[in-house]
Order: sequence, then structure tokens, then C-alpha cells
Amino acid sequence: MTMSATRRRDLLLASLLLLTVWQISAWLVSRPILPSPFTVLLVLARDLKRGELAGHFGASLWRVVAGTALAVLTAAPAGLVLGQSRRANRFFSPLIYLLYPVPKVVFVPIILLFFGIGDAAKIVIIFLILFFQVLVLVRDQAAGLRPELLQSVRSLGAGRRALFWFVYLPASFPAILTALRQSVGTAVAVLYIAELFATNRGLGYYIYFQGSTLLDYPAMYAGVLAMSILGLGMYFLVDWLERRLCPWRFIQETE
Amino acid sequence: MIAVEAITFQYSPGPVFEDFSWRVQRGDTWAVLGPSGCGKSTLLALLAGLLLPSSGRVRIDGAALLRPRPQTGLILQDYGLLPWATVRQNAGLGLKVRRFYGADGIHAPRDPVPGRSVDFWLDRLGLVPVADQYPAQLSGGQRQRTAIARTLLLQPDLLLMDEPFSSLDTPTREALQVLTMELAAEQNLTLVLVTHALEEAALLGRKILLLHEPPNRLADLVDNPGAGNPAYRESRAYAGLCQDLRRRLEMIPVRPR
Repeated sequence: MTMSATRRRDLLLASLLLLTVWQISAWLVSRPILPSPFTVLLVLARDLKRGELAGHFGASLWRVVAGTALAVLTAAPAGLVLGQSRRANRFFSPLIYLLYPVPKVVFVPIILLFFGIGDAAKIVIIFLILFFQVLVLVRDQAAGLRPELLQSVRSLGAGRRALFWFVYLPASFPAILTALRQSVGTAVAVLYIAELFATNRGLGYYIYFQGSTLLDYPAMYAGVLAMSILGLGMYFLVDWLERRLCPWRFIQETE
Repeated sequence: MIAVEAITFQYSPGPVFEDFSWRVQRGDTWAVLGPSGCGKSTLLALLAGLLLPSSGRVRIDGAALLRPRPQTGLILQDYGLLPWATVRQNAGLGLKVRRFYGADGIHAPRDPVPGRSVDFWLDRLGLVPVADQYPAQLSGGQRQRTAIARTLLLQPDLLLMDEPFSSLDTPTREALQVLTMELAAEQNLTLVLVTHALEEAALLGRKILLLHEPPNRLADLVDNPGAGNPAYRESRAYAGLCQDLRRRLEMIPVRPR
């Protein structure tokens, strides 16, 4: 089950509209700081093929994917435990309550101090942003399962292990995907900030370097576009996974 | 089959059951009737092994009940279906759970008798046209049929139902009441059905247990030998019993909760 034809057409039309607005603005402004979309797309294609931009794109992509995977693999099980155990939740919830709303972007300088200029610092930042989001949503989902549902499944013979496999685990998928959909954009944004400092790999660095040092505006715009594609791509992936793994949530659309 | 032996069960305001005893013979069809807050659902959860009494015990076939018993089926008003699974998957859930544990005698019977297939029960309950739909797409009656299919697939000898038809409209409720009578006879089920609707108790329960304002100490029993077939609804005995039950229920003081 992928996007319906109408949805695909609407997205295509919206993209065309954006490109048109950009083109008209470029004509109106008529200065090097706003190149036309065609110039930028040509540069994007050229630099991706030449390998330089592709390398930066790959570096950023790896950081997002690794940080996300790490967050899901640790936060989802932790959320399931907290959601099932009232005692564990009572112990940890004040801590989570304090840490959850703190904007993780303010930790960027500290994390750079501790983890240095390599990939680790960027992965940790993305991990931090997604970890709490996934943790809280999975916990609430697991805790919110109706007692009648649990009783019914227990009456079919399910003990703790079967409840985990047949109820809690599948119930956590939509929570994980909702958390990712809400936060993957923020994660990419903060990755951009993190890549501005003390690194020479990644789209953030590429955009900054092209714009402020080389003053190559089309290349800078190509970098911005590449970063947008990264964010959009992650968002689309989550959307696609949600439709694959949670088809029951889309029954109104498919009927 | 079921022996409730001098049980006491406490909720925070006070005991719901105090030294309460009751017996259910194999093949009996019981309705448990009473106003809300009288402990009907608590009694059913105790019979299901989902709650344990603080003193006394519940025995089934002589064995003390300490956890849900694999041969007992439970149907709740809330259906308890997995929202992410289709009707067919929901109906097969109990089998999946049994395969997960194997015949360990705790979660599944130690010597399982091969039963009917998922498809048989979907067909018997008229669910074939919606087999691949999700619970959110079903009517209340279809959801409850799915829950019944899921339970009967495991070949229970005891079926416990807690207000199973209370959230359904009248025609659906009456159709499912008839279906329940048919299935109980077909499958030689011992049935305990909890309800607040005296007409339902009178129609389905060949024996009726009337619960009162807690704490319940003595089992207040009503015999209703004519129950268990749809035509009984039209009989004079049925009308008389309904009147009698209504009078008895009106005598129970309604306690603010």
C-alpha cells in the first residue's frame, strides 16, 4: 500500500507551485543571492554526480539513520517496561517529566565537548532528541491499553510473555512511528546546527562553507535542497512504514 | 463443576463477597443478575481466575483456581479485540497463544483435542464476508461475534460472559442471545452470563443468581427451567418471572457509588 494516485498528483502539483514561486522570486530579486531553481538543480545534479555533495549527503544521512535506530532500539523497550510497570514508571516519570521538554539543541555545545568532532557527537544529539519522544509515546501507548483488552487476551491463555509479543509490542509500532514523524524534522534541523561546528563532513558544513567561504550561492542552495530532501525522505519513509505496519489506521482512506 | 467455597473478596469501601458459597453443575446455564455495583463482574473475574479471593476458594472440577484456566472462555462487553488485527487474525489469536506456549497445561490444555478451524467458526458466526476487515470497520454485533469465534475456537467447556450484549441494539442483541443458546447446546457448554437486564437473565438463565447490595453472603437463587429457547420469550412463565425479578430487584436499595 503506497500513496494513492491522487495524493501523488497533489504532491507533484505542490512541488511545481513551490518551484514556480521560487522562479518568480528569483526574477524579481535578480541578485546572485537568489539563483533560479534551474541553476540550483543543475548544480545539485552535477555536485551529486561529482561525488563531493554525495559524500556530505551520505555523512548526514548516516548520522540521522544511526541516531534514529539507536533511539528506537533503546527507547521503545524502555517505554514498554515503563508502560507495563506502574512502579518503574512512578520512579522514572519525574525524571522524564523534567528532561522531556528541555530543548535538546542547547546540549549541542556540551555534546561536542564530550564527543568531539566525529560522527559520535552528531549521532548522540539525534539520539537524545528522538529518545524522549519515542519513550514517552510508547510508554503512554502501553499504559493506555484497555484493561478489558488485556483481560480478554489473558483469558485466552496469554501470560506475560505472550501479552508482550501479541499485545504490547504491536501496540508500540504506531507510537514509535508517530514519535518519529513528529521529531525527525527537528532531528534533521539540529543536525544542521551541529554540523556547522568543528567538522568538515555533512550537509550543514557544506551549506555553510559554500555560502560563507566560497560565496558559491548555487552550490549553497543545492546543499539546502539536499538537506530538505534528507528531511523529506525521512518523513516519507516513516509515512510509508506506518502504512505498511499499521494498515488498520488508514482504513477510512482505503475504503 | 464450579464450587465457590466461602469466598471473601474486598474492594476499598468494603467486602463485595463475604463467606459466599455457590455451586454450578456441568451443563448448567446460569444468569447472574443484579444492579450495578453488586459485584457481578467481580464474581465473573473470580470465576475466570483473573481475581483471587482474599479467603475461601473457587474450585473448578475439584482443582483450586489460581490463574486463568485454559478451558474457560471469557467474553466481555468490550469485545477485547486487537485493533491492529483483522477478524480472521483476531479469531485465531487464542490458537497463536497456545502454539506460543505449547501444551504446557498452564496456558494451554496439556492434551489438546484438535478442534474446528478458524474458517469453520468464521462461517458458523457469519463472519466470512468481513474476515479481512479490522475491528474499527465492524458493527458491534460483528465484533462480539468475532470475540465469540475466538473463544469457541479454543473448545472451552465453561463460557463466562460479562454483559456481552449490553452495548448492542435490540435486534442484534436478540439475535446474539438466540445464537448463544444454540451454541451453548451445540458445544455442551456450561454458561455463566452476567447481566443487569432482567429480561436477558430470564431468557437465557435456566438458573438465576440474584446478587444484592454488597456484601453478598447468601446465594439468592431462582429456578427457571423453561429458559434456553427463543420461544420462551412469548410464554406466560417468562412474563411472570420477569415480573417477579423486577419486584425483587426493586427491593434492592440502590447505593450511591
